[in-house]
Amino acid sequence: MSIIIQNVSKAFGDVDVLKDLSFEVKTGELIALLGPSGSGKTTLLRSIAGLEVIDSGNILFHGDDTKDKTVQERQVGFVFQHYALFKHMTVFENVAFGLRVRDKKSRPSESEIERKVHELLQLVQLDYLGKRYPSQLSGGQRQRIALARALAIEPQLLLLDEPFGALDAKVRKELRKWLRRLHDELHITSVFVTHDVEEALEVADRIVIMNEGRIEQIGTPEEVYHHCANAFVYQFIGNVNLFHGRVEDKVAHFGNVSVSLPETSEQETKDTVFYVRPHDLDIHHSAPDSTAFKAKIDHVHLAGPVVRVDLTSEWGDPVHVEITQDYYLSMTFQKGMDVFVSPKDGRLFMQDYSI
Amino acid sequence: MRKKVRRKTILPGFGLTLGITVTYLGLVVLIPLSMLFIKTAGMGFQPFIEIVTSPRSVSAYWLSFYTAAISALINAVFGFLVAWVMVRYSFFGKKVLNALIDIPFALPTAVAGIALTAAYSGQGWIGHLLGKIGITAVFNPIGIIIALTFIGMPFVIRTIEPVLEDMEKEMEEAASSLGASRIQTWIRVILPTVLPAWITGTTLSFARSLGEYGSVVFISGNMPFKTEIAPLLIMTQLEQYNYEGATAIACIMLLASFSLLLLINSLQAWSKVRGRG
Repeated sequence: MSIIIQNVSKAFGDVDVLKDLSFEVKTGELIALLGPSGSGKTTLLRSIAGLEVIDSGNILFHGDDTKDKTVQERQVGFVFQHYALFKHMTVFENVAFGLRVRDKKSRPSESEIERKVHELLQLVQLDYLGKRYPSQLSGGQRQRIALARALAIEPQLLLLDEPFGALDAKVRKELRKWLRRLHDELHITSVFVTHDVEEALEVADRIVIMNEGRIEQIGTPEEVYHHCANAFVYQFIGNVNLFHGRVEDKVAHFGNVSVSLPETSEQETKDTVFYVRPHDLDIHHSAPDSTAFKAKIDHVHLAGPVVRVDLTSEWGDPVHVEITQDYYLSMTFQKGMDVFVSPKDGRLFMQDYSI
Repeated sequence: MRKKVRRKTILPGFGLTLGITVTYLGLVVLIPLSMLFIKTAGMGFQPFIEIVTSPRSVSAYWLSFYTAAISALINAVFGFLVAWVMVRYSFFGKKVLNALIDIPFALPTAVAGIALTAAYSGQGWIGHLLGKIGITAVFNPIGIIIALTFIGMPFVIRTIEPVLEDMEKEMEEAASSLGASRIQTWIRVILPTVLPAWITGTTLSFARSLGEYGSVVFISGNMPFKTEIAPLLIMTQLEQYNYEGATAIACIMLLASFSLLLLINSLQAWSKVRGRG
């Protein structure tokens, strides 16, 4: 089922949570709503489900407006961050709930319910837990049961609110891989909310990046990662070094470094910020070119797949650099050493953009 | 010579505190209650049966039982409602209302009895209005029920409140997203979650009402066979220096209270097994 979000706005009291949002989810897509806390992503998800009422705009399912449809009528599978399983029911009864509350005409027979529930429990690989109560399960198991329960009503749309947010790091990684595989099997249009960039990049077909009730960028994980639309996205999507400077007569000045910008359209003098990822900086013993600047090594973190080096630039800003283990070993950098740092890549954003 | 090895524990003082606990419970609860049985045992089996099954006693038990049961049921219904309102909504004057709920806990029961009698008697504000539609609310079982409802009110409210507070809103949202109507959510999700606490609260209120004396004596009129509750009968026996008769009836009351406590405890154990965490 396709979803169209048209100019949706919502406020809680004086606070505007959603500010004129519009985007589209295609049938069978797996979409991530990504953003920092307070960006409105959960409110948007709950509005799609009908758990919140929007102030203005339209949400269309399959081209039909949902304004007059209740939560019950929307037939949307919803998975909550804290599972929201029915504690007084067994796992089996939890999954069967959506079938049992149907009216007499459409309610399946008892044997049909049993068959269906076991099928779903097999799908989430927990058929052996049917007689247990939710309190006897681990967090990861509970969330898989919650998913099976949501799937029982055969939803056209599956909404997941930070589904792995309450789980520990290892289980979270396993479950998100599993969710991706499940989606490839079932092809249900799905929207999930997360504040975990890695999770969104790994699982989603497309990512909607939100900040303060607005959409900052929509795109595939590759697009979002390699072609950040603005400074917020660049900063949110990964670690970054900031160099504050000024652009004057098509030349940018950062500390003692000057870079000519022949293509810039800026005429007047403007403050600017240069964003560089830690792995796009190199460290040398001598200055390789005019873009290099002097820095002092404060700390070297050797644990991990890359070597992380903390430095202080000659004008006093902290700088973080990531280099490979091999490069580190060949260059023998040490704490307290004076070195040169040069950027390989980076993005310049004019300062009129506030973050 | 054998050396005494003392095991070190992280929580010291077990021996001392347990000793004090047992002594304290013994002095305050256990010994006085066993005296009751010892005293009763001295009177012989035949007289005991005669007293506890005398028509006057039986009518007092029955009166105590059914007035306590009715008041507990009234509290069950309205106590649930009050707890629901207190937990679910915020409104002006909520704190005042919250303090009002605890008054029956704190007020001397005699004060409650006098206040209720004043309000519900023929000249009282409420009694006057009830009189117009032909209802007399004092010096009859209705009066007893009013007093017992007052006394037992906080029990249901205060037992249900924490359970309602703990109940996640998401559970109800999950139910409605799965297609359950408001009524289905109520019957299948909310009610089963609250039920153990609800029954416990109602039973507590019932147990409290069964033994209530102070507030009832003012409003009931204390007529034998009509409005004489069991605790009052004990008092009457004592006033007539019939100590054995008093203890015999007291024994029956004690057994009733004890079985109720047993019931409450097993209910609480049951609710703990069902879905926690």
